[in-house]
Amino acid sequence: MTTQTAESAIPHTRWFSSRTRRRIQWSAYLYILPAYIIIAMFHIIPVFYAIYIGMNKGPINKFVWVGFDHYLRALTGGEFWGSLVTTFAYTLLTMPFTIALGLFFAYLLYQPFVKARGMFRAIFFLPYVVSTVGSSIVWAWILDPRSGLANAALKSVGFPPLRWLIEPSGVFELMAKNIGVTIPEWAGGPSMALVAISIFSIWQAMGYDIVIFLAGLTNIPGELYEAARIDGASGWTLFRHITIPLLAPTTFFVVVISVIGSLQSFNHIFTMNRASAQSLGGPLGSTSTLTVYMFDQLYTNSNYGYATAVAILLSLIILAFTLFNFKFLGKRVQY
Amino acid sequence: MTLTNIKRPLTNLDRLKALSGQSVIYAILILGALWALFPFAWMVFSSLKGYTEAYAAETFLPTRWLFSNYIDAWNKVEFFPRYFANTIFIAVCTVAGVLTTSTLAAYAFARMEFPGRDTLFIILLATMMIPFEVTLIPNFILVRNLQWVDNYAALIIPWIASAFSIFLLRQFFKSIPQELFDAAVIDGCTHLRFLTTIVVPLSRPALITSGLFTFLATWNSLMWAILVTNKPEMRPIQVGMAAFIGEAGTQIQLLLAAVTISVIPVIIVYLILQRWFIEGIATVGIRG
Repeated sequence: MTTQTAESAIPHTRWFSSRTRRRIQWSAYLYILPAYIIIAMFHIIPVFYAIYIGMNKGPINKFVWVGFDHYLRALTGGEFWGSLVTTFAYTLLTMPFTIALGLFFAYLLYQPFVKARGMFRAIFFLPYVVSTVGSSIVWAWILDPRSGLANAALKSVGFPPLRWLIEPSGVFELMAKNIGVTIPEWAGGPSMALVAISIFSIWQAMGYDIVIFLAGLTNIPGELYEAARIDGASGWTLFRHITIPLLAPTTFFVVVISVIGSLQSFNHIFTMNRASAQSLGGPLGSTSTLTVYMFDQLYTNSNYGYATAVAILLSLIILAFTLFNFKFLGKRVQY
Repeated sequence: MTLTNIKRPLTNLDRLKALSGQSVIYAILILGALWALFPFAWMVFSSLKGYTEAYAAETFLPTRWLFSNYIDAWNKVEFFPRYFANTIFIAVCTVAGVLTTSTLAAYAFARMEFPGRDTLFIILLATMMIPFEVTLIPNFILVRNLQWVDNYAALIIPWIASAFSIFLLRQFFKSIPQELFDAAVIDGCTHLRFLTTIVVPLSRPALITSGLFTFLATWNSLMWAILVTNKPEMRPIQVGMAAFIGEAGTQIQLLLAAVTISVIPVIIVYLILQRWFIEGIATVGIRG
C-alpha cells in the first residue's frame, strides 16, 4: 500500500488519512450486483432448493414429502449402483488411453526440433472444440454396422464385422465366443456399445490432455535436463526420472478432471444412443452412466424428486474429487 | 531447453541418426493428426454423396460431388435455418452478457475496497465447484414457474454470469499496474471511466479467452436446452440436430451436411482464435 508521506508526517490527520486510505467504495456493490443476482438465483439458491426437491415426490407444484426415501431407493436398489459401475468401467476404458496418448504426443511435440508445433497442437485439439452432438453423429455413422467405415476397415483386414453401438454383449464375452469358449456372465466385461462410445471419447479428449501435458512439460526447468545429461542420463532415463515425476501434479490434475468428466458424460452418449436407434442408456441400458441415468429419470420418467436425489449423490462424488484435487495439488505443486 | 545439445562435434552418422529419429517422430505426429482429422473428412465426403452411394460406403471420395445436398439440408430439415439463427442469437447475447457482468464484477473484486469483498469472492469461487447437475432440476422448475419455457430468456438469462469468467478477469485486472490507476485518479478519472477506457482495452486477451469459452459452451450446450424447449422453432441447433436424427427417414448424407453446416461457425471461430483458446485452457487447466 502506498502511504502519503506528507500526510502521515502530520499526527493529527492520521485518523482521516487511514480512513481515506481504506477508501471504501460503496459503488462496488453496484458493480458486482448484476453478476451476483444471476449467480445467486441460478447457481446458489438452487442448491438448497435441490436438497428440498430431493426429499419430495410427485409432479411439480404438487410435491409430497418423502424424506430420505429417494436416497434409500438409490443406495439400496440396483440401478444407481449399476450406473456407477458403468461409469467406472467407462472411466477405465477411456482415461488410461487418453492419458497415455496425450502424454505420448505431448512429449513428441515438446521435442525442440519439432517445427509447426502450433499447427499440430491446433489439429489435435480440434475434436475437443467441435460440438459433441455433431461429432457423435459422425462417429455413430463411422460405427454403423452396415455402412460404417469401421466395419469396412475390419473387413479389409479379414475380421468379421461388429455391431458396435447396438451390441449389448460384453467385449470379453464376444472375444471368448470368437475362440469358442464360454465364460461366466460376470466376466463378460463392459458392453461393446460402451467400448464404441469410449473410442469416441478417447478421440475427443486426447487433444485436451495433449495441451495440458504440453503446458506441464514447458514448466519443467530446462536446467534439470542439462544437469541430468551431464551426469550421463539420456533418452528413456531422462523421461522416466525427470519428466514423469515432475509431471506428477499435471497427471494428477488430468486424472481428476477425467474422472469428473466421466461422471458428467452425457452429450455423446445421448446422441450416439439416438443415432444408433437405441433408447437412452443404450442396448440393454449398458451405456447408462450416472448422468445419463439421472437424465433418464428426469426426462423420460419425470421423477423430479428421485432424479434430484441422484443428482445430489452424483454431485457429492464429484465434489469429493474436486476437493481432493485442491488439497492434493496444493501440496504437490511446489517442489 | 536444448534436448539435442551434444558437446562433441557432430559426425555425419550423428546427423543421420538424428534425422531418421526426427522423421520417425514427424511420421507419428502426422499419423496422430490424421486420426484427429479423419472423422471430419469422412463427414464432408459422405455429406457430398448420393443416397445409395452413402449407404453403400464402398468409396472414400464421392463419385459425384453433390453440393446440392447442402441446399437440401438447409431447406428440407425442418426449421434448420431457424435453429441456426436461434443459436447465433443465444450465443451472441450470452457472450455479451457474460463479458459485461464479469468485467464489472471482476473490476470491483480486483480494484475496489468494500466490506465483505473477500467473503463474496470466496462464495463465488465456491460456486464453481457446484456441478451443473445439482442445479439442473431446481433451475428447470424455476424457469417453468417463470413461464420461460420456449422463451429465449430460459436459454440466455441463467448463463449471463460466470464465476469462472469473473475469476479469470480478476486475475488479469490485478496485473494492471496500480500506477496507471493513481495517474488516472489524479486526472480526475472515475472508476467506470478507468475501467472502460484503460482496463478493458488492456485486457483484450483475457476478454477474448473468456468470451470464447462462453461462446463454445453456449454453441455446444445440450441438456439444459432439451429441457427448456418444446416447440421446434425455439430449439438451438444441437437440440434440433439431436431431434433430427431420431426422425424416421432421415437420410444420412443430408444429416451429415447439416452437421457440417453446424460445426463450421465453431471451426471458424476456433481457427481465428485458437491461440487464445489453447493458452487459456493450458493456464486455467494447470491452475486447477
